[in-house]
Amino acid sequence: MSGRVDFDSVQVIDVSRHFGRRRALANISLTAHPGDIVGLLGPNGAGKSTLITMLATLAAPSKGEIRYGGQPASALGPALRTRIGLLAHELHLYPELSARQNLTFFAELYGLDPRALVDEALESAGLADRGDEAVSGFSRGMRQRLALERSLLHGPRLVLFDEPFTGLDDRAVSIVADRLRRLASSGAIVMLATHDLDLADGLVTRVALIRDGRLLSDEPASPGLRARYRAIVGGNAVAGRPDGGGH
Amino acid sequence: MFFRTAWLVLRKDVAIEAKSWEVLTTTLFFAVSCVLIFAFAFVKEGRPVEDAAAGILWIAIAFSGTLALGRTFERERYGETLRALLLAPAPRPALYVGKLMGMLALLGLAEMLLVPMVALMFQASLFSRPLLLVGLLAGGTIGFCAVGTLFAAMLVRARSRDVLLPILLYPIIIPVIIAGVRGTAALLGAEPDEPTAIMWIGILGAFDVVFVTLALWTFEPLMTE
Repeated sequence: MSGRVDFDSVQVIDVSRHFGRRRALANISLTAHPGDIVGLLGPNGAGKSTLITMLATLAAPSKGEIRYGGQPASALGPALRTRIGLLAHELHLYPELSARQNLTFFAELYGLDPRALVDEALESAGLADRGDEAVSGFSRGMRQRLALERSLLHGPRLVLFDEPFTGLDDRAVSIVADRLRRLASSGAIVMLATHDLDLADGLVTRVALIRDGRLLSDEPASPGLRARYRAIVGGNAVAGRPDGGGH
Repeated sequence: MFFRTAWLVLRKDVAIEAKSWEVLTTTLFFAVSCVLIFAFAFVKEGRPVEDAAAGILWIAIAFSGTLALGRTFERERYGETLRALLLAPAPRPALYVGKLMGMLALLGLAEMLLVPMVALMFQASLFSRPLLLVGLLAGGTIGFCAVGTLFAAMLVRARSRDVLLPILLYPIIIPVIIAGVRGTAALLGAEPDEPTAIMWIGILGAFDVVFVTLALWTFEPLMTE
């Protein structure tokens, strides 16, 4: 790894993204700091996942730039990715491998010593006694908890969640939500893309409302999120668990 | 970090294959079926059509290799694990090298079965110059896998990837297959033509250098959406 990278802010500066002639994002600007839980809220197809993908360095903006602590991703190189964690709807796990093998593989891929780290992560996921079982035999909730720990193994500064609550029961949702709060209080920048207002309400500290690729509002979270969302984005777009699904 | 990452990716692919045996068994089954069908078509009353063995060997390698490429990357599509690999703080071409090594190992195993089978069924003297044969197979397999791995990775998220992979791959690897066929055919005569086989090995080596260099150069921009 090429040196230790860290940053104290993420700035999205006038970012647009096009896929051919289709515009996914248009002139988005926002800034996030450690301790923030930024809720990227909007209906399906609003551009939330595209923004998360670009923040994770998996896609480049068509226009504008994203700065990590004032520097563009290109200046920081692959080492930037040691400080970014992503949990998406797709869980980034190999079903044929055991939970322990999955975590060990990803820990080693990040240049970490997996021995203590993997046990700790399994404990955190509540899978300490099932670590040697193949992931294919796990329930959605168990996989999601494992995927969460996988995405946080390397202690990322920027934690990106794309619809992390889809398909989870209430208990699993509250475990993930608690983990998010702990991450933010420990100095991580958390960005959460969801269209589930019930879950976002009371969890996020800032709300960025996106529709049709445009940022309609970026403001501190306050009570009455659903009413605010309806007023800005439109009532029909409001979704809630359990029917919500981001994909 | 580069070679360590490539090694980790290869080791992970081997660990998955050791649990499922899915890609290896389907590739070997397809390769054997291919040769058997050609044997029924081209061997009449125990006498094979002259000079058919080299072409059949390389067609079986190309077809089973295409199947293996698709299946190997299908695994990375499920659960979007290719994205997780791309998120790792390693140089992204290292991921390509890891997948390439896995494909080479897989096709190497298939060839260990295919070569004796073709030699037996088509009464071909494939083992008359074993080192030259290994050189041809290695050169051809590296060229095929270098391009195939890049395209299969590119197409992971495409809906019609199963159709697109051969359409994109074959026009580019045809020179490799031709060189492999001509080089192998040079070894099959009553008196093996060593200089010709060596010339084709050299040409395959040049293809390999070009294909691997281009793939390493283009992998990151192609994989960044």
